[in-house]
Amino acid sequence: MPVAPAAGDEIPLETWLHWLAMSRQRGARSAALGLTVRRVPTTIPSRNAGQLRRRLVVGLLVLASLVLISISFRSGETGPLSGVESAGATALRPFAVGLERVAQPFRDGYSWADGLLTAQSEAERLREENRELLQRAIQSEFALQENTYLRAQLNYIDSPRFPADFNPVVAEVTGRPAGAFTQAIVIAAGSSDGVRLNDPVVTADGLVGVVTRVTPSLARVQLLTDESAAASATDLRTDATGIVRHARGTRETLVLDRVRKEDVVRVKDEVVTAGWRAGALSSLFPKGIPIGKVTSVGQTDTDLFQQVQVDPYVDFGALDSVIVLVPTDRR
Amino acid sequence: MTATIWLRALAVAFVAAMLQVVIVSSIVVGGGAPDILLVAVVALGLLRGAIPGAVLGFVGGLVVDVSTLGTLGVTSLVLTLAGFWAGRYGETTGRDRRLAPLLAVASITLLAGVFGFILHYLLDEDVVARHALVTALAPAFVMNLILALPVHRLVRRVVGEELRAEPSAEVEVLV
Repeated sequence: MPVAPAAGDEIPLETWLHWLAMSRQRGARSAALGLTVRRVPTTIPSRNAGQLRRRLVVGLLVLASLVLISISFRSGETGPLSGVESAGATALRPFAVGLERVAQPFRDGYSWADGLLTAQSEAERLREENRELLQRAIQSEFALQENTYLRAQLNYIDSPRFPADFNPVVAEVTGRPAGAFTQAIVIAAGSSDGVRLNDPVVTADGLVGVVTRVTPSLARVQLLTDESAAASATDLRTDATGIVRHARGTRETLVLDRVRKEDVVRVKDEVVTAGWRAGALSSLFPKGIPIGKVTSVGQTDTDLFQQVQVDPYVDFGALDSVIVLVPTDRR
Repeated sequence: MTATIWLRALAVAFVAAMLQVVIVSSIVVGGGAPDILLVAVVALGLLRGAIPGAVLGFVGGLVVDVSTLGTLGVTSLVLTLAGFWAGRYGETTGRDRRLAPLLAVASITLLAGVFGFILHYLLDEDVVARHALVTALAPAFVMNLILALPVHRLVRRVVGEELRAEPSAEVEVLV
């Protein structure tokens, strides 16, 4: 009588088959003796095939992802995949626009309900601000006339000015990348609308970011709250200059970095883009785009610069549409 | 899986990806946003197995990468592994467990967060660990958990559940 194979033994196929046949014919005697019978499953090949198939599929998909990452990351805008991605994004655009339109009434409803809670205090604050702005507008008008006259006298050459030297392209926000790794939006305007790489993007409230990728019908905008975004900026009241960037570890707070200790910056000062020009080089952002209001100023003995925190005017979490500033005289 | 089920599952992955890109990513609560695509891929993996989970994760991730003009393959890689792992869990220890969707979503959200952070770091992107792994991940974790059961039920209604008859390695019969 054959002996049941033990786990781990090297067993020829004939022995397996013979043992299987015998074990099926086990009589009542062996059952009555309480013998333990080890039944070997007959589906081992199919199970192994399933395992192999699983590993093969996931391996191929992981490999495909890695190949896509490598090509996409290394080639950037001009690589072989950019055309495919552009065509894919264009094909998906109607779905995104359709969903956006379905979601818009709900968003508006939420904003309306949210606004009701703060409406009274907000109205009071805006009345106060309006009075202040009216006085400043009159003063600014005088200053503007004087400035125009003096510029004409000096034949002064300046960097592009906002908004006079730009054509606005208004675009709907159609998407946002998932996850907390990138702060960006996708807008429904592309190279066919005149949008190019590095064009500044704003809303009526202030600076939003810069175009970092363009397809014929869509563009990707890196928000100012992205870790790798920065803009040269200045304190409107004191002319203290620095670089506005995202405050690390927060979602929407900005810092005005590189402000010298001898410069004066006060809480509630307005921060706008500096718009510098040095020879052929110039800032991506034109002069005078509002960025935010200073909320705190601090400095320590060991730091080389002041620590200025800025609350942005733009609500980066609720962007429905933006304006791309396309230079009228693109160089 | 029949062709009809595959089509339905692909439709679920596609709709979840578009919803994520257009609507869900902008719902920021407490510094983080939910990931409905991840939750849907986990549900698909649990209900239909490892291979469909991986394939649908790859497809959903690709839709996100294409429609956001991001680096192709990043989201696909994360979601392929998420779908595969959820599928294996569903095929083995998670089988017939009521809390399997919650457990799977909880663990995969954390793992996907950490893996995504490492991936973006390797791609030389500026990502702050505290923001990615605490400030944004904690609220996303809670919101994904809230979404887990409703999304699982919805996905089950659309694609059904795979009847699994995977054989055990060996059976010991004691008489």
